[in-house]
Amino acid sequence: MALKDITLGQFFPGNSFIHRLDPRSKIIFTVLFIVIIFLCKDLVSYGLVLASLLVLVGISKVEPKVFVKGMKPVVFIVVCTAILNLFYTDGNVLWSLGFLKITEEGLWKAFFMVLRILMLICSTLLLTYTTSPILLTDGLERLLRPLKKVGFPVHELSMMMSIALRFIPTLIQETDKIINAQKARGADFDSGNLMQKAKALIPILIPLFISSFRRAEELAIAMECRCYHGDEGRTSFRQLRLHGRDWAFMTFTILLLAAVCVLRYFGL
Amino acid sequence: MEPIIEIKNLTHIYSPKTPFEHKALDNVDLTIYRGEYLGIIGRTGSGKSTLIQHLNGLMKPSSGQILFEGKDIWGSKAMTHDIRYQVGLVFQYPEYQLFEETVYKDIAYGPRNMKLSEEEVDRRVRQAAKFAGLSDAVLERSPFELSGGQKRRVAIAGVIAMEPKVLILDEPTAGLDPAGAAEILENIEAYRKSNNATIIFVSHSMEDVARITDRLVVISKGTLPYVGTPHEVFSHGEDLDKLGLAVPAMNRVFSRVHAMGVDIDPAVYTVEQAKAAFLEAFRRKERV
Repeated sequence: MALKDITLGQFFPGNSFIHRLDPRSKIIFTVLFIVIIFLCKDLVSYGLVLASLLVLVGISKVEPKVFVKGMKPVVFIVVCTAILNLFYTDGNVLWSLGFLKITEEGLWKAFFMVLRILMLICSTLLLTYTTSPILLTDGLERLLRPLKKVGFPVHELSMMMSIALRFIPTLIQETDKIINAQKARGADFDSGNLMQKAKALIPILIPLFISSFRRAEELAIAMECRCYHGDEGRTSFRQLRLHGRDWAFMTFTILLLAAVCVLRYFGL
Repeated sequence: MEPIIEIKNLTHIYSPKTPFEHKALDNVDLTIYRGEYLGIIGRTGSGKSTLIQHLNGLMKPSSGQILFEGKDIWGSKAMTHDIRYQVGLVFQYPEYQLFEETVYKDIAYGPRNMKLSEEEVDRRVRQAAKFAGLSDAVLERSPFELSGGQKRRVAIAGVIAMEPKVLILDEPTAGLDPAGAAEILENIEAYRKSNNATIIFVSHSMEDVARITDRLVVISKGTLPYVGTPHEVFSHGEDLDKLGLAVPAMNRVFSRVHAMGVDIDPAVYTVEQAKAAFLEAFRRKERV
């Protein structure tokens, strides 16, 4: 089993312009960029958005290969979307065979849909690849802070997120270990019907649950030993500060949004 | 002596052809004999876990072969499946793998996977419990309400119940108090004597291993620089120290004294041996 090969919100340390941006500006960018992608309607706006995304990927200095690898899990969805749009759009028929037909409109629609999904994934990958999980949750906490006024537990939520992110690799390792230990006792996870396969998972899941509870308890004690008592009066070692580059980056994002809006509602 | 496992030119590479490529084992050759008590020592990351996981087919060699009783363990599907029962592997902290409601059921997990009859499963569970020093009353309890040392013994019994010809234990005494550790060592010895089983004891602590094993294998950076009786291996005391292994204090003293030019056996690793070596050296001096 290659459980440890799974990349979950993996971070690639670096010192590029994108890496040094405040996590908040990157989160805002990602959210606005998704809006921008869905506002795109014509070839020019798609071209503009794609070009800016490629430039950002370029200056992030994360290898393009990694982005391609990160997009692999959605290949199935992309292919399905493409096929559905290709065959089920009415319009100017280019080719037909029995009940199957490809129209000019369908071709364009399929192309744009695929482009949309890929850009969507690519922009979120840009965020997680260039921002460490800790900074990411810090940024999110700061951005959501206004919600605290309406009683939303922002700090608790971000603390839960940090802990969850921290323990994903640990639990993957642990699962690997337990699987091997049960295999050494002759466990068989591959044969039998669905019921037998589900039953074969019990010897993995129970030890995993128990060790998660144990770890949670140990962590809780360790946190209490260091006087953790939640949000009140808590100061931060890393103070997030917006620099000139963040304002520049956000201005760029808003200009891109404005450009796409103009193209959508007024045409060229 | 009759070989039971032969490792031939075994190489294992993790994540080949990626930037994370790492050679964990490099052309390893080793023959393990029936009924012997073999110790494998190496520091963390030396490749010892990788090596032992090859012996029961949990890992597949990148190149090279592992023969069990003369047959390649990857030769046929049946062989690869069967090898798990012939070569029992007890991982580090095995108590974390317990999952059943009762100790009895947990020990029976391995034998049941072997598709044995209920009577045979029962015989093996009771036999294994006896080797592990677990009473009948314990068998009906939940494994989760036992003490740490008892849990460890239940986990070891779970592997012994498959009656493997080779029993591999990775740091079986880690985290136990001296009394608990001594008991586990006795349990292992009892199983070895009654079944003429081969025991492979993996540890980073030489002091423990040297005392109980017939033969020692030192593993470092995926190779086996020293293989031999504890006495032979400890005659390289200073080199072992350089490999970052925790050499017994007694051995450190005697190899230093030997290096200073005193005519004394440097391969000493227990107090008794130290006494003998001293007397021996004095006698020689008097004769001159």
